[in-house]
Amino acid sequence: MTFEEIREKLAAKFGERIGALAPANKDSWLVVPAADIVEICRFMKDELAFDCLMNLSAIDWPKRNQIEVVYHLWSYSKLHSFILKVQLDRAKPEVASVEPVWKAADWLEREQYDLLGVNFTGHPDLRRIMMPDDWVGHPLLKDYKEQASWHNISTTRENSLEAYVRLDEFLKKAAEKKEQPS
Amino acid sequence: MKPLEVPTMEMENKEVLRRIEVGGDMLLNMGPQHPSTHGVINFLVQTDGEVMKRAIPEVGYLHRSIEKIGERCTYNGFMPYTDRVDYIAAMFANQGWAMAVERLLGVQVPKYAEYCRIIACELNRISSHLISVGTMSMDIGAVTPFPYALREREFINDLLEELCGARLTYNYMRIGGVAFELPSGYVEKVGTFLDHFEKILDEFNRLITYNEIFIKRLAKLAPIPAQMAIDYCLVGPNLRASGVNFDVRKQVPYSIYPELHFDVPVGRGEVGVTGDSWDRFWCRVEEMRQSCRILRQCLAQIPADAQIMGKVPRKIKLAEGQEAYSRIESARGDLQYYVVAGPGENAHRVKIRTGSFTAMGIIDALSRGLMIADLVALIASLDVVAPEIDR
Repeated sequence: MTFEEIREKLAAKFGERIGALAPANKDSWLVVPAADIVEICRFMKDELAFDCLMNLSAIDWPKRNQIEVVYHLWSYSKLHSFILKVQLDRAKPEVASVEPVWKAADWLEREQYDLLGVNFTGHPDLRRIMMPDDWVGHPLLKDYKEQASWHNISTTRENSLEAYVRLDEFLKKAAEKKEQPS
Repeated sequence: MKPLEVPTMEMENKEVLRRIEVGGDMLLNMGPQHPSTHGVINFLVQTDGEVMKRAIPEVGYLHRSIEKIGERCTYNGFMPYTDRVDYIAAMFANQGWAMAVERLLGVQVPKYAEYCRIIACELNRISSHLISVGTMSMDIGAVTPFPYALREREFINDLLEELCGARLTYNYMRIGGVAFELPSGYVEKVGTFLDHFEKILDEFNRLITYNEIFIKRLAKLAPIPAQMAIDYCLVGPNLRASGVNFDVRKQVPYSIYPELHFDVPVGRGEVGVTGDSWDRFWCRVEEMRQSCRILRQCLAQIPADAQIMGKVPRKIKLAEGQEAYSRIESARGDLQYYVVAGPGENAHRVKIRTGSFTAMGIIDALSRGLMIADLVALIASLDVVAPEIDR
């Protein structure tokens, strides 16, 4: 099925909650209301044979004050794909988890929670996956500031070239001292 | 002076105990420096003797935030970093990134460059699978096949070094083509290697794949039903071993794969049940044979024009919010890049969906009721590579 056919099937089921595909030419996606995501995903799995969630990513848009969650769906039986997007408020990104629909969402959602702070409600085990449990902040946010140290371990390291700069200065000073008659 | 607040083992275990209901069971840490976990991965094994109740993978020890680096580099500048996504099969990560950006730009890659890419990738697939089958047999106690596999891999490393100057992190592909054309005499050299290697594969099968002890050890071990594999989004040889006939090269063809003839080995439970650890091992061995077939066709068909680059603008600038998705069949399966263009010369968001990451997600479910010794075989059979999980 093409993207447009899938959109029509969705529109027939969910009515005006389904908008138009954007952009129309290639690689289009469909923005759906965040409140309906689980219902739509379940319909897509059961009726449209989307048996696999192949990717789940979140994108931070500070200018639009939004965090987008993108679902890339794939069907092994029908060999078609689809892209769903939900747009969340950047101050409180919260969307229902699709883990009950596809088990793959478990780890994919944990990763996005860790790196972008999207709160997937109803997820069975929503905790950090890449960063340590007591890390502060979500690294892939555009305004993320890394903490200076973690458990007294510095998170930054001096540029090793600066040691050479210091050495040069030291040698220069030593040479000047030698030249001056004591 | 302020006293150091280093977390002690006791504190960490308390943290863990708070999370998991352990009851009267033992909680063991397997890793992160365990020799057979294929890199720095930790498994929290909850056990009551030899049989595990659960093994919870803890990843993130190799997290370098390559996705964040991708947002800060230019499109061309990110290419060397993609090597580090999966250092055992770096060519594929290169190709995935190049294909994603080419899709954004609408660039056509010259035929010759496509052939160079596929030759490099298929050589890399063989070398990656050699590591996989070699370490897997070593992990379960057969030491001999490992040096056999690594000896063959040395040939490929030499071939790839001749091609691009590096033995591990190749940085061979460019957006719109490849960096270098094939050196003179390269086609003959690869041909000689293939003549030698196809015989070795039969020897390898005699040595380990159809070895009776090996089969007894792996048959019916941790089988993954097809439905479960799809639900957990397993990809590549792991998925095919479960009996799903899906290969990105066949079903979602890219590059020059539609012109090439090869079979896709699918697990059929030859010695046990479909989708067991032996099937995953066998799938990799057979894939190497198919890679040889692909390579032979590439070497015969490669055009002579030696045109390595398409028409790519010097500075890549794209409309903000434009996005592309690329899928390639890497050694560890369906490797996917999702790129959203930013306003300037770099991407707004890069997401890399790797095969190892989703393969790790299934271990918790599979490990219930498994023996501790079998966990090692399970991890090895899924062929996870730590940097690819964490990126």
